[in-house]
Amino acid sequence: MKRIESEAELAEVVAGANGALRVKGGGTRDVGAPVVGEVLEVGISGVTLYEPGSLTMVVGAGTPVAEIDAVLAAEGQRLAFEPMDHRVLLGTTGAPTIGGAVAANVSGPRRIQAGAARDFTLGARFVDGQGRIVKNGGRVMKNVTGYDLVKLMAGSWGTLGVLTEVSLKVQARPETEATLVAEGLDPRAGVAKLSAALGSPFDVTGAAHEVGGRTLVRIEGLTDQVAYRTGALMDGVLAGFERIEGDASADVWAGIRDVAPLAAAEGAVWKVSVTPGDGPALLEALGDRVQGALMDWGGGLIWLRVPERGNCAAGVLREAVAKVGGHATLVRASAETRAQVPVFQPQPAPIAALSRQLKAKFDPRGILNPGLMGV
Amino acid sequence: MQMPQPREELLAAKDRIVARLEEVLPDDAVISDEIELKAYECDALSAYRCPPLCAVLPASTEEVAAVMKVCHEAGVPVVPRGAGTSLAGGALPTADSVILGVARLNEVLETDYDNRFIRVQSGRTNLSVTGAVEADGFFYAPDPSSQLACAIAGNIAMNSGGAHCLKYGVTTNNLLGVTMVMADGEVVEIGGPYLDAGGLDLLGLVCGSEGQLGIVTEATLRILAKPEGARPVLIGFSSNVVAGACVSDIIKTGIVPVAIEFMDRPCIEATEAFVHAGYPDCEALLIIEVEGSDAEIEDQLSRIVAIAERHDPVEIRESASAEESAKIWLGRKSAFGAMGQINDYMCLDGTIPVSELPHVLERIGELSEHYGLRVGNVFHAGDGNMHPLILYNANEPGQLEKCEAMGADILRLCVEVGGCLTGEHGVGVEKRELMETQYAPADLDIQMAVKDVFDPGWLLNPAKVFPLEVSASRRA
Repeated sequence: MKRIESEAELAEVVAGANGALRVKGGGTRDVGAPVVGEVLEVGISGVTLYEPGSLTMVVGAGTPVAEIDAVLAAEGQRLAFEPMDHRVLLGTTGAPTIGGAVAANVSGPRRIQAGAARDFTLGARFVDGQGRIVKNGGRVMKNVTGYDLVKLMAGSWGTLGVLTEVSLKVQARPETEATLVAEGLDPRAGVAKLSAALGSPFDVTGAAHEVGGRTLVRIEGLTDQVAYRTGALMDGVLAGFERIEGDASADVWAGIRDVAPLAAAEGAVWKVSVTPGDGPALLEALGDRVQGALMDWGGGLIWLRVPERGNCAAGVLREAVAKVGGHATLVRASAETRAQVPVFQPQPAPIAALSRQLKAKFDPRGILNPGLMGV
Repeated sequence: MQMPQPREELLAAKDRIVARLEEVLPDDAVISDEIELKAYECDALSAYRCPPLCAVLPASTEEVAAVMKVCHEAGVPVVPRGAGTSLAGGALPTADSVILGVARLNEVLETDYDNRFIRVQSGRTNLSVTGAVEADGFFYAPDPSSQLACAIAGNIAMNSGGAHCLKYGVTTNNLLGVTMVMADGEVVEIGGPYLDAGGLDLLGLVCGSEGQLGIVTEATLRILAKPEGARPVLIGFSSNVVAGACVSDIIKTGIVPVAIEFMDRPCIEATEAFVHAGYPDCEALLIIEVEGSDAEIEDQLSRIVAIAERHDPVEIRESASAEESAKIWLGRKSAFGAMGQINDYMCLDGTIPVSELPHVLERIGELSEHYGLRVGNVFHAGDGNMHPLILYNANEPGQLEKCEAMGADILRLCVEVGGCLTGEHGVGVEKRELMETQYAPADLDIQMAVKDVFDPGWLLNPAKVFPLEVSASRRA
């Protein structure tokens, strides 16, 4: 294993590599087909620029997310896309890094309102598969200068290049938050409530449904504003919901973010993205294969736990997803299973061809996380 | 500004190419008459003009695919055109190219409020997307100033922003999926009404690629529930520096205004003379808009006013009614027109870190004196997206060149302070030759390698974005 602490060194190592490299940040997101190769640990760490008045931060890709959270909190700010901590679900150890969060495009409940990791990544520097140092984007909020390779890098899981630095748009922490909760709704009723709340003018920043558990709607903002908005929702489309506030509210969403309700029990865990309206029917189609489910993003993001045997219901799940449009990723399963079952949603032929050709341009020798995405 | 030499063999083959296009399109969808082609010789960057070989106006994805197959076989460059409102020359043709206009692709295909998306054909205008859903309490967030005219296709090509993107993001943050015709005529679907990509984020790559990767014919867009209300406050300041500092302080507090607009003295004076909005006599003013219920608006505006009062404002004018709001916005919305009354102007679009606003405004003032050309600044201050308007006289020989040189200096300055050449207009032909000030050769090479994948023959809008010399071997 090599731990690399500078971009120049990384470029040299990649250029001189004569075999596959397994790119590692904090090592907490063991997702994708297992990669056989020398481990390349990116330890390029530290906040290089932080301007609270411009809502921007530039950091080394290996900077722990916890360190960024602390620096931001000192100025009353935060990462808007509230990246999931995969340690809870995957049982991994180590410190999640910002490079890992961006490379995997990891976003939490606020994705539905604020946007994804890719939406808050303003710029990136990376080393491509030939060891070339590339920069794209910048540190300003609006930038259409040339192609947006930042979006391409976000969610490419280190298969196109190794991130060395990212610029982020950050967000002011709201004065307060509150969550409206109801128990006992089935998925159809729960998602209908979430849709109604998201269709209201009250700027909902979290909308989740624990299958067999609670239905949850979050409001954040100024104190009077949160009181008014939760009140208006409880008087209207969320009649019968109850309000929880402060730390209790924050704890609810940390659990949803980290898929805590599904973490403890054994089994394979899928992450499915469809429209919220397609979610309940998808659950019905899977029937009793599903041992636990959590719906976030208004119902459009479905975390499913199924028994880890055979292909983990990949056939029936992907057929159902393909029918309505969307994608399913096998986030938690043993390495043996992930070597057998395609972890990422197989793409239609023309899209798969484009993805393969892009990989060949960014990494002609095919040495960066080869096979991880199945590309 | 240079464009590549048109290929003689293509110019000579015009009749044959037009005939082939007429075979695959309805009669009135191919324009080859020299007079009619005048309408397609430029976009909103009208300083540069060139009539195309011909123009086509397909009305379906299938017709676009048929056009692309013909052009691909014949090796003819294709320049996609939305509504022709590009300020960067994104739709400027060459004499040997076919203009592919999407104006006839303007249907709403699907509206889904429960799942909060709308699917439209790409020629539909930006404002009419909101128009299709606003009666039901929804809107489409990106709002470029040209929204009455500009097409979604162009918004996607340039990743357009607008005044309200401080809160709602730009096109790429609100685009869920596209149907796209590739350079060889193959039709692909990328994304859909669900969130995020299953594999590589090709959608993020297509958005902002200036029509160089494919022709988007349909788009799935995120729509949002309208807030209960919105109202602005207008604050006048004794200097640009103070106004800039006030912007930074507001952003830091945690209030998220939906817009923070900035105008300097030359712009204030020009708009006063033009529309009599009743703006205060001051060096700089901010228009800050917040959203919510009446009580929420009061709460937010009072906090903003409290911050502004620490910056010794010349005047604070809170809107108390729809009429007052309209009056506050009137000057801002008329600013470009007002400047146009005075003279010809070039509108720049560099973005800078918000913290650099005072410094950059001062430097622009110095450049204005150096070149002897007047500049008005009116821009989206919350996100640092500058819009310096350089005034010049197109009829006076040498003035356009002088204006271009000054514009280039301002854009270099934007890059120097940590910003970029273009925040929402795109590179087009206008900023093409400046790309090397922002990007090193390897940075540009990998972007061009992306185009190689999508359009190996470099037929789609080939003379844009990349410096001509840098892309020459690929276009050959």
